[in-house]
Amino acid sequence: MTEHNIRKHIRQMVGDDLRKVDHLIEHLHCINDHFGCLPKPYLEALAELMGKASVEVYEVASFYHHFAIVDQAPANKRVTIRVCNSNSCCLAGGEELHRELQKMPLDQKRFVVETASCVGRCEQAPVAVVQQNPIPFASIETVHHVIENQQFAHPKALPGRSHFCPVDIVESAAGQAPIELITHPQWVGLSQYQKHGGYTLVDALRNGSVRHEMVMDMLESSALRGLGGAGFPVGKKWRIVSSHSGPRYMAVNLDEGEPGTFKDRTFLERDPHRFLEGMLVAQEVVGVDRCYIYIRDEYHGCRQTLQDALTELAEAKFIEADLVQIRRGAGAYICGEESAMIESIEGKRGEPRHRPPYVAEVGLFGRPTLVHNFESLYWIRDITERGADWFDAFGRHDRHGLRSFSVSGRVKSPGVKIAPAGISVVELIQEYCGGMADGHTFYGYMPGGASGGILPADLGSVPLDFDTLQPYGCFIGSAAVVVLSEADRARDAALNVMQFFVHESCGQCTPCRVGCEASAQLMQDQTWDLKALGELGNVMRETSICGLGQAAPNAVACVERYFNSEVTNGPR
Amino acid sequence: MAHVDAVNSVRFVLNGQEVDVPAGSTLLEVARDQGCTIPTLCYQDGYRPDGNCRACVVEIDNERVLAPSCRRAVTEGMVVRTDSDRVQRSRNTILNLLAMEGGRIEPPVNEAVAESELSQWLQTFGIQPSSYLPKSYQQSGSIDQSHPAFTFDVSMCINCDRCVRACQEEQVNGVIGVSGRGADTQIIFGLDDRVADSPCVACGECVQACPTGALRLPEMVLKQSQHKVDSVCPYCGVGCSLTFAVEANQIIAVEGRDGPANHQRLCVKGRFGFDYIANPNRLTQPLIRRHDAPKNPEILSQAELGKFDWRNIFREATWEEALDAAAGGLRRIRDQHGPNALAGFGSAKCSNEEAYLFQKLVRTGFGSNHVDHCTRLCHASSVAALLECIGSGAVSNQVQDVLHADVAFLIGCNPTVNHPVAATWIKNAVNQGTKLIVADPRVTEISWHAADFLQIKPGSDIALINAMLYVIVNQALVDQEFIEKRVDGFAEFKQHIQQFSPEMMAPICGVLADEIVSAATRYATAESAMIFWGMGVSQHTHGTDNVRALIALAGVTGQFGRPGTGLHPLRGQNNVQGASDAGLIPMMFPNYQPVKNSTSHEWFESFWGQPLSSQAGLTVVEIMSRVEHPESEKQRMRGLYVMGENPAMSDPDLTHARSALTHLEHLVVQDIFLTETALLADVVLPASAWPEKTGTVTNTDRMVQLGRSAVQPPGGAQADLWIIQQLATRFDLNWQYAGEYHGVGAIFEEMRTAMGAPFSGISWQRLQAEHSVVYPCVSEGVAGQGVVFIDRFPTASGRMRLVPTAYKGPTVSVDPEYPMAMITGRVLEHWHTGSMTRRASVLHQINPVPLISMHPEDAESMDIRNDDAVLIRSRQGEIGAQVRVDEAIAVGSLFMPFAFYEAAANMLTSDALDPTGKIPEFKHTPVSIEKTTKRPVRSGYSF
Repeated sequence: MTEHNIRKHIRQMVGDDLRKVDHLIEHLHCINDHFGCLPKPYLEALAELMGKASVEVYEVASFYHHFAIVDQAPANKRVTIRVCNSNSCCLAGGEELHRELQKMPLDQKRFVVETASCVGRCEQAPVAVVQQNPIPFASIETVHHVIENQQFAHPKALPGRSHFCPVDIVESAAGQAPIELITHPQWVGLSQYQKHGGYTLVDALRNGSVRHEMVMDMLESSALRGLGGAGFPVGKKWRIVSSHSGPRYMAVNLDEGEPGTFKDRTFLERDPHRFLEGMLVAQEVVGVDRCYIYIRDEYHGCRQTLQDALTELAEAKFIEADLVQIRRGAGAYICGEESAMIESIEGKRGEPRHRPPYVAEVGLFGRPTLVHNFESLYWIRDITERGADWFDAFGRHDRHGLRSFSVSGRVKSPGVKIAPAGISVVELIQEYCGGMADGHTFYGYMPGGASGGILPADLGSVPLDFDTLQPYGCFIGSAAVVVLSEADRARDAALNVMQFFVHESCGQCTPCRVGCEASAQLMQDQTWDLKALGELGNVMRETSICGLGQAAPNAVACVERYFNSEVTNGPR
Repeated sequence: MAHVDAVNSVRFVLNGQEVDVPAGSTLLEVARDQGCTIPTLCYQDGYRPDGNCRACVVEIDNERVLAPSCRRAVTEGMVVRTDSDRVQRSRNTILNLLAMEGGRIEPPVNEAVAESELSQWLQTFGIQPSSYLPKSYQQSGSIDQSHPAFTFDVSMCINCDRCVRACQEEQVNGVIGVSGRGADTQIIFGLDDRVADSPCVACGECVQACPTGALRLPEMVLKQSQHKVDSVCPYCGVGCSLTFAVEANQIIAVEGRDGPANHQRLCVKGRFGFDYIANPNRLTQPLIRRHDAPKNPEILSQAELGKFDWRNIFREATWEEALDAAAGGLRRIRDQHGPNALAGFGSAKCSNEEAYLFQKLVRTGFGSNHVDHCTRLCHASSVAALLECIGSGAVSNQVQDVLHADVAFLIGCNPTVNHPVAATWIKNAVNQGTKLIVADPRVTEISWHAADFLQIKPGSDIALINAMLYVIVNQALVDQEFIEKRVDGFAEFKQHIQQFSPEMMAPICGVLADEIVSAATRYATAESAMIFWGMGVSQHTHGTDNVRALIALAGVTGQFGRPGTGLHPLRGQNNVQGASDAGLIPMMFPNYQPVKNSTSHEWFESFWGQPLSSQAGLTVVEIMSRVEHPESEKQRMRGLYVMGENPAMSDPDLTHARSALTHLEHLVVQDIFLTETALLADVVLPASAWPEKTGTVTNTDRMVQLGRSAVQPPGGAQADLWIIQQLATRFDLNWQYAGEYHGVGAIFEEMRTAMGAPFSGISWQRLQAEHSVVYPCVSEGVAGQGVVFIDRFPTASGRMRLVPTAYKGPTVSVDPEYPMAMITGRVLEHWHTGSMTRRASVLHQINPVPLISMHPEDAESMDIRNDDAVLIRSRQGEIGAQVRVDEAIAVGSLFMPFAFYEAAANMLTSDALDPTGKIPEFKHTPVSIEKTTKRPVRSGYSF
């Protein structure tokens, strides 16, 4: 195809937004969705159409795992089959599945089989994703069936659910309201949501019957902290952002990429409007001019649901059409880091920014930005309606509030468990997960995904909450609890985590870029060189630009501290 | 830190000591000032600090982790340690990791690597190849040796991104980037291409920035111990400062120096284009034409085929014999036919001192004012219009003033090719928010950065500018106060401009009326707006009118006298400004004193102690036409002395020009190669190249800059100053210039006196110390004036004059026989007629073949494909070249560089002249083009 025709083709695919440089990743998705890959002549032509140098487009495209750059446009659309290789899926046989799939007799020009970092369906492990279609509890047969039938899209979810309320789950006894383990549950549409009192709070703020200050005060006095991992008090964040002069933006982090975490997906799949209401409350109270929702590319179903829910709101004239923009990630864990996410929303490589300045002051497009995890906003309506005291009354072992634990691994009943903050893992397993899986004995657990470290069974009664795990070299992060049994080794889990960081580091700073890879190499030795790993861990913790590199050595240090025999005396 | 202003200072504790520093200082700056040793790899002075290598981390009290000192500003009360155990431990590990990543596990492979910043820091901190890090750690990737200028060895790369910032943020070429992520992060060129296949323009900024040797010169090795000589680049008018690294009388490398015009930046010519001086075909002995070798322009076509041997034409002679022959021939003509039978062409490639001495020889020795140089072929029309309207031919504002401009209007210039480092400042300005208006018949690279791009038809400049003026005048966008205070002729001008509505002019220009209105409004309403132009404006038979219109544009909108305003004709040669200042102009003595003006005439007669002609001399093309076609036998031009010019390539209508050179009774050529002109000479004098001599040149910004001799000329070649003085002696001129380098200092001081007020503050001594001084400069203690015409113009009344202009169109239009309009110009790698750059190995390798650019639609309609050989014909002649299909050129136009002797574009151009500036129409020649099976010659030079 001539350059002229390629430009014409791109215009057809992308539409009129070509010159908006912050839409670069969206434009790349248009091309990638069409070909299943990014042909270089298209990158070059896109760069020209956007008034950029082609290397600038290449830099961005090559950063994201979901973009495969190829020399020429393929004759047939390329189909990528991704098998999750995070700890939860590996415990469920993900590696074997990957090996089997590689042996499958597929047209190599058309089908590509690769491993992927956590796809956010750990309770459905092992998971394979064929193009955009996730297959829960995947086997070679189910994957084969999907390929045979060319089911490459995520099945459409419909707004047929009459009701979903997290409070009901909390108030019912554990296990009484299981959350179904499928990929496209029905969701609560606008009319049903409004039937149950939805959006009355936003209306009240807009018509002045509820004062902005009242909501801000209530949140400041509640125990609600950012639920993405860092735990910054929500009310305080609103106060800071609103103190900077406008225009202000909000960026919602739906890049749920911490391995083992799937709570945001679980809620969004079923109850999108409760989140949107929380977002609109924040927008009103803080005085935000535009909201961006950054959603990970693995969540194709969620993205559609979110889009449908926003369309409902726009059609009901509840919001202006351009108030909320959805931005699609492209396979990059690091974009869950708030400043990396902002870079990505701006259409750039997702490299975390240096701080100071903080995003609350200099964030998206250089403006003050309120950055929130999905779940932090999900609770706003219920806390505001029921009061800070209601939320704070939950909790165990002197802790306050509620946490949504994503539990996976060797338990009988994995899934999202809304439980009191401060619950111990032993209590969580017994009371919420039906105990350990059959034939498995509790050996250890990862309290906070890949970054949060690994603890042994004898520390199973430590309260799980912000601040409680630091003395043990761990943290709760997004409350992704992966349970290990005596069939597993902590060193394998730690190596899996380090290989994940090798894959997911942005590569910007030396300690993380080189340190992760060097560590992963050393961790493959039967006996670990603990001095070398200690030096690497120290430098990563002390000098990395962002939390990824700073937390990457946590699991290594935990293995040395709690599972020393696994790495000093040969395999158990 | 005793002198820190208390109001703007902060106090903090550094390694236990209280220190006061200016607010906004970074920890790195302060700590280094205080004598702390802090390693840095990703940090480079002048670049945006990126803080990615983490080698410079320090400990700050109450902070959880260590902080990169290069990006952290000092704040009041901060407590900082640069040498605590905690810092040392992490720093050592970081250096270990960098050593491992940069391939320093083994001892360095060569000296470039051994002397690199990374190796130096490893040595400083005693970092040994690590014993505990994994031995298998290796970066994949082979060494990319595809490019002739430099090598990219990815195994030594530490991903510090200095090359990326060099390419994207400093030079704004957008070629180098970071690809992938995590452990797969890698520096790439273009779309992960080999360097030679990428759009790399080989400015070499990345090579200069690389701290590891991953990007390095292929063979030449930079060693700390080398002999280094500070000088200036000899190529374009930007005037970049540079340093030659010399070994065994050879320039082995060039570094960008922190001079005012370039701040360490260079382009491909300035960095990689110097081995022409060591070319084996350099002239090393004087040559005298053999009696049995009649002059014949056919020799140039034989030369094209590489068949000739210069020994069949010339014989070697001693300097004594050659100088006697050169001077004797000229004297004989003067004595027999009078001074008007002799002329001299000086060169804007030579120094101010050489230019000054050359014109002094012609005026006092030959006895005429027939002295001119190549400015006639580039900016003569600009100078004519500027002198007429505002009383000065120099730029009003310097290039880097664009960083203060809200809007810059670029018309008929292609700075990324012709003034590459100036273009970087313009691109930097765009990245800071300056809006560009670009008007050009070609989609030039700078147009990619434009807010308004007007792809006008060749030669429609006046129609465009006048239409802009129509909008400005009729929409009340004029600066009434400025006009009242400083502009003459507005009422008449306003009346005149009414004929040029955008609606009427748009079809002539080939753009939409709305686009003209938008550009005019943007320019006129800007707080500050600057105009840049080049040969696209000046090289027309209406070139002077083009510039008059541009001056009017700036005048009626009051865009004068402030930073980021004014007029900047981008000067081509390294010393175009200086050569004109020094008097290489037939109608003017030094400093633009008219030869006809009795006061200046008397002054120079007394200054030089010699009677002088009071008749304005002839210009380049006029001189050539008088050889064969004088109005009377008495006016025939018979003898010519050419110093460093190549009219057998650069003049229009080469068939005629070469014939004229052939018919001269006596032609003396002083040059470094046997140029096309020298091949037609009676006597050839081997001269010195720029890096071999000491002298000053004046750049486009009016900076007078000192170049220093770095190497000795080869063989018997001599300094130009020596040669001119030797000839002067043979004209019985009693010149006495004492001092080193043939009295260059004394010559400069004499010229300074002749130059009067503008040079008052610029002494030879000052230049030795400061390298570069801007004129006008009133006294030695103060800096020169960057912005001029602040409150008055240097005219008699102090006011500027508006000169109405009319659209005339090209002298000869395209017609069915010659249906395409050919534009001539330059390419990035080749300078002027190619005599230097086509003999520079890297530049020749990058761009070896004469290419003619044509639009894909035209190519398709003629069934021509990329790389096809074509014949191009005009009323004047015919050449063969190779086609480059290029969307950047407009349908119906062709672009051809004039640097290739094998396909000399000026065989096709016509010698029709602008009536005022006497400049030929290089930018519009009607031609025809057809496919041929005869392949163009690709040999480069064999002589």
